Amino acid sequence: MSLPVSRVALVAVTALAFVTNVGARAQDSAGGSSSVKVADEGRQVYEQICQACHMADAKGGAGAGANIPALANNPKLADKDYPLTLLLRGRGGMPWFTDMLSPEQMAAVATYVRSHFNNYPDPVSVEDVKRVGAARPGPVPDCTTCN
Amino acid sequence: MTDSMSPQTRRELLSMIGKMGGGVALYQAMTALGHAAETQFTGPPQLSGAKPGASVVVLGAGLAGMLAAYELAKAGYQVTLLEYQDRPGGRNYSVRGGDKVVEVGGTTQTCEFSEGNYLNPGPWRIPHHHRTLLHYCKSFGVELEPFIQMNHNVFVHRTDAFGGKPQRYKELAVDFKGHVSELLSKSLNAGALDDKVSKEDKEKLLEAMRDWGVLDKDLAYTSSLKVSGQRGYDQAPGGGVNGAPTPSKVNALSDVLASNVWTQMGFYFNYVMQTTMFQPKGGMDMIGKGFAKQVGKLIRYNTKVTKIAQGGKGVTVSWQDLKSGQVGETKADWCVCTIPLPVLSQLDVQVGPKMQAAIRAVPYNGQLKIGVEMRRRFWEENYSIYGGHSFTDQAIGLISYPNNNFFKDDSAVLVGAFANGAGALQLTGMTPEQRIEAALAQGSVFHPAEYRKEFMNGVSFAWSRQPWILGCTSRWTEESRAAHYQNLVALDGRVVLAGEHATYYGGWMEGSLLSALDAIKRVHQKALAA
Repeated sequence: MSLPVSRVALVAVTALAFVTNVGARAQDSAGGSSSVKVADEGRQVYEQICQACHMADAKGGAGAGANIPALANNPKLADKDYPLTLLLRGRGGMPWFTDMLSPEQMAAVATYVRSHFNNYPDPVSVEDVKRVGAARPGPVPDCTTCN
Repeated sequence: MTDSMSPQTRRELLSMIGKMGGGVALYQAMTALGHAAETQFTGPPQLSGAKPGASVVVLGAGLAGMLAAYELAKAGYQVTLLEYQDRPGGRNYSVRGGDKVVEVGGTTQTCEFSEGNYLNPGPWRIPHHHRTLLHYCKSFGVELEPFIQMNHNVFVHRTDAFGGKPQRYKELAVDFKGHVSELLSKSLNAGALDDKVSKEDKEKLLEAMRDWGVLDKDLAYTSSLKVSGQRGYDQAPGGGVNGAPTPSKVNALSDVLASNVWTQMGFYFNYVMQTTMFQPKGGMDMIGKGFAKQVGKLIRYNTKVTKIAQGGKGVTVSWQDLKSGQVGETKADWCVCTIPLPVLSQLDVQVGPKMQAAIRAVPYNGQLKIGVEMRRRFWEENYSIYGGHSFTDQAIGLISYPNNNFFKDDSAVLVGAFANGAGALQLTGMTPEQRIEAALAQGSVFHPAEYRKEFMNGVSFAWSRQPWILGCTSRWTEESRAAHYQNLVALDGRVVLAGEHATYYGGWMEGSLLSALDAIKRVHQKALAA
């Protein structure tokens, strides 16, 4: 059961003063508005969002022009703040997901990745997301030719 | 009598300024007179007089790299271009029958399009004000044709509007305009805006709303032949006995609002989306090939850069040949690096900490496009749609109709998806077969009787999984601009970065070219001073 987008947005805005979905739009885009919803359950969030880059087996991609980091068996995930920092701020080629995922969805997918592809069973909570997010403000998209 | 020193017309004045002050002065004067503010392009750089034997290594044979190489070679530099892929153009690319699309992880699709058909997976439309790109297309003999950006007869689909049934853009847009005009008229007549507008402006506005909104004598937006003259008829005008048209029925305000049609109407107002737009004849990669005709002999393909080192005397770029495994080095006095940041941020690059930080500060968007080849042009034959885009709020974003070969009986390729954001990631995470199935399922809303029936084959291009870039377009924030942009574009010793990421014109070929021109002017200046 997924929340309506407006509800997700409301939760995100009230929780962490997240930006609107404008940042998810590219410099050239289809035009119009999207109703694509992301599921709430951790595994589904992983499949709908994360595996685009980190791949279905969470082993990432190697041997290319550059690597996509593996999430499976990744000791950095022992610290639950690590995936949350990346989801909230982005790093390197990976963008932030504050305009695509609610704090609930971030907590769910972080819990899933840490427990399913690694051996860190303690759940990540929405409070964890808020705590990490409160440390720094969310990104504000800059684009003079966005549409 | 005309005094040769006293310009009589604006053109004469500009011509004089141009002759006396050169391009920059001309540009500044034009801007002051209200012309040319639409571009920062001031004409091709007039670089010359490189020191004998001076050399530049350019990394990446996309448009930025090839333009840098072209202008630097013209100025007298010895130029070498290193390119990871086996082709020129970078994101300027077209997928054709027989082409293999290989993704991170090894997933490989072989495109099955018929001869002459193609998908432009990256750039696909060129605004009329992208003068740098238009200049070099003309110079290099790249023939352009119209890109049908605006088409009133396409569909707008929103899952929760009109029971999921797509509506023609012209019907929704005319209805939206009509209802808004009626409401504004009512507000004006009720005196609700009397403290906001003068009596004269109120009269003028009422006249405008009546005219623009096609309102009736009571200032209501209602079904009529006059309104049908914009949104279309139930029975179109004909000849002879049954020639009389019958009006179509306007949609109710709440239905029109549910369609979100204003997002498409607003889309067409965007600076970079305004007509006239162009595309190269025969595929977007004709531009990359046109550039490669000029600099192709300088390019070393299949060459993976592994390290960029620099010292007081020059730059050393280490690389590996992807075919033979051979490793090597290219030495030069200067380096123009156009390697996309997701890749560059993982390389050993010997630049200062500020540029290092900037290289790591810019994530990329992962757009996705799908091309679907259809047996016949049913959108033309059955729907009178010739080019343009039908919009949907589903993951595919749109389907876009071919801009060329109208009325032909052969197969044709539709853009079956141009996905952004969460929709792009959802489609990227699928297998190629699942993506095509999703494209057919979602695209069928527009042409349910024909979409699957006429489908021949399809190919998907997921930018996040392209091994040579891992994304499509750079994504800056106000914060990262302030902290890192100047550090990214500044000359660091003997290395300068250029490309789509080093610009305020992200996601457009124009930006890449402007970035390259700016970078090489500064390199040339420093090289002459050294």
